[in-house]
Amino acid sequence: MRVDDPQLKKIEPPKMTLADRFFLPQVAAGLVVTGKHIFGVAFQDTAITVEYPEVQHVPSPVYRGVHRLNKDEEGRPKCVACMLCATACPAHCIDIVGATAPASWPDREKYPESFVIDELRCIYCGMCEEACPVEAIELTGLYDLTGLSREEMIFDKTKLLSVFDVTRDAEPMRFTTPPPEASSATQALESPVS
Amino acid sequence: MTLWVLIGIVIKILMIVGITQGTVAYLILVERKIAAYAQDRIGPNRCGAQFGLPAALLQPLADGAKMLLKEDVVPKYVTKPLYILAPWIAIVTAMIGFAVVPFGPVGPNQLIDFQIAPNVDMGLLYVLAVGSLAVYGVILAGWASNNKYAFIGGLRSSAQLISYELPLGMSILGMLLLAGSLDMNQVIAWQSQNAWGVLVQPLGFILFFTSAFAETNRLPFDLPESEQELVGGFHTEYSAMKFGMFFLGEYLHIITVSFITVILFWGGWHLPFLGLTPESSGLIDTLLKVGIITGKVFLAILFIMWIRWTLPRFRYDQLMDLAWKSMIPLALINLVATAGIVQLVRTYWN
Repeated sequence: MRVDDPQLKKIEPPKMTLADRFFLPQVAAGLVVTGKHIFGVAFQDTAITVEYPEVQHVPSPVYRGVHRLNKDEEGRPKCVACMLCATACPAHCIDIVGATAPASWPDREKYPESFVIDELRCIYCGMCEEACPVEAIELTGLYDLTGLSREEMIFDKTKLLSVFDVTRDAEPMRFTTPPPEASSATQALESPVS
Repeated sequence: MTLWVLIGIVIKILMIVGITQGTVAYLILVERKIAAYAQDRIGPNRCGAQFGLPAALLQPLADGAKMLLKEDVVPKYVTKPLYILAPWIAIVTAMIGFAVVPFGPVGPNQLIDFQIAPNVDMGLLYVLAVGSLAVYGVILAGWASNNKYAFIGGLRSSAQLISYELPLGMSILGMLLLAGSLDMNQVIAWQSQNAWGVLVQPLGFILFFTSAFAETNRLPFDLPESEQELVGGFHTEYSAMKFGMFFLGEYLHIITVSFITVILFWGGWHLPFLGLTPESSGLIDTLLKVGIITGKVFLAILFIMWIRWTLPRFRYDQLMDLAWKSMIPLALINLVATAGIVQLVRTYWN
């Protein structure tokens, strides 16, 4: 772009008034702002942080935390091993081994023999959830995901299904059941990692 | 006689060193608490809870232990003697200013002289001279670190302190003209008989307090450190207790500056309607005076911290503009006007 381009808009900093140039009125205004915050936290308990281990933070309903594998009414994993989530995953953290469904499951052709998510590689973008055609994989509100080794953080099918058991009541399946009326925020839950 | 005076002075020195160091430790906690409150956080509140102490009262102890027990890294490329000397300069220059600061009443008929060197006639001059020595700690640290960030921090500090020495010195001249003495006790006595310095010298007070921020390297004038562009400035290469000593020096400086502010402009131990005079010397009066002066100093320190968490850092050219184009001319005007008024009043009133 040329310097004398007619489309170039020149923006000047706002002109300071005499009071502004003495700084002091603005300094006083700033002191009032921080003073209000200091007074509020010190005497009116308006701190927005919580004392974490004793008080659990409740994330917003759209928070994307640990994954879970949803189960249907008969307790079977809803997953049909279509690999769409593994394909959509930008971090390549999902590893599925599909197998032909048992004859007693007439409503599907395949089921996941193994379903492994590397929680350390995952970037919690939620693409797997978007891609899933049967709403089998969902991200929960669990955020305190910790472990002592890398191996511990690779969640297999059992663990992912157990996450569903833990969060089933607090976060009903988003697409198959109507959302609860009162509050859909995640409740404080026990961590599935142990 | 002289031996007892000497012993008394040694006891006073030990007490003041102990008290100020302890105060500094707790000031760091206070600062962290104020920072947290200003940012809508709760701040440290755990340390000491195991022993039933509220509000993280043992936090300074933990901080100190951390400073002392951390690995003290001395990089290979530093100029070792100066690198080791610099933190000591920072802390010693901050400490020796206390020699002439009156912590309470001082005088021939008082119980105790609350001052290590009582009735020094050039007290304020000494404090200013010693206070400006602190820049050597910063410059030597920056230079001896042999690191570009530290060096720029040291250079900035030298330019900043030289610029702000001028308004700092000139802003108190008006007050000294009124009181007619450089002895801090005389200044307090004048204020208790007439009016507080902040009322008769409002401009002088604002100029002094602003330059005091620059002298103590506190926000909004902490350009020698500026974490964002200088990675910590002059103390980038320092670790463990050597870093801790810079920290200590900074907070000691804040205490000194607060004392000077209180003594020069907030009336020292004087409070209206309490009837305290420079001569009153009873036990209760003495305790009251010490209590009032320390209380005021604590308020001044709180205000300095409050400012820190309110204002962002100045840009370097703005900093220099402020000193040379605004504060020094204003300080000169203040000085000349005060001198004229004092002369007129002394000629035609009395």
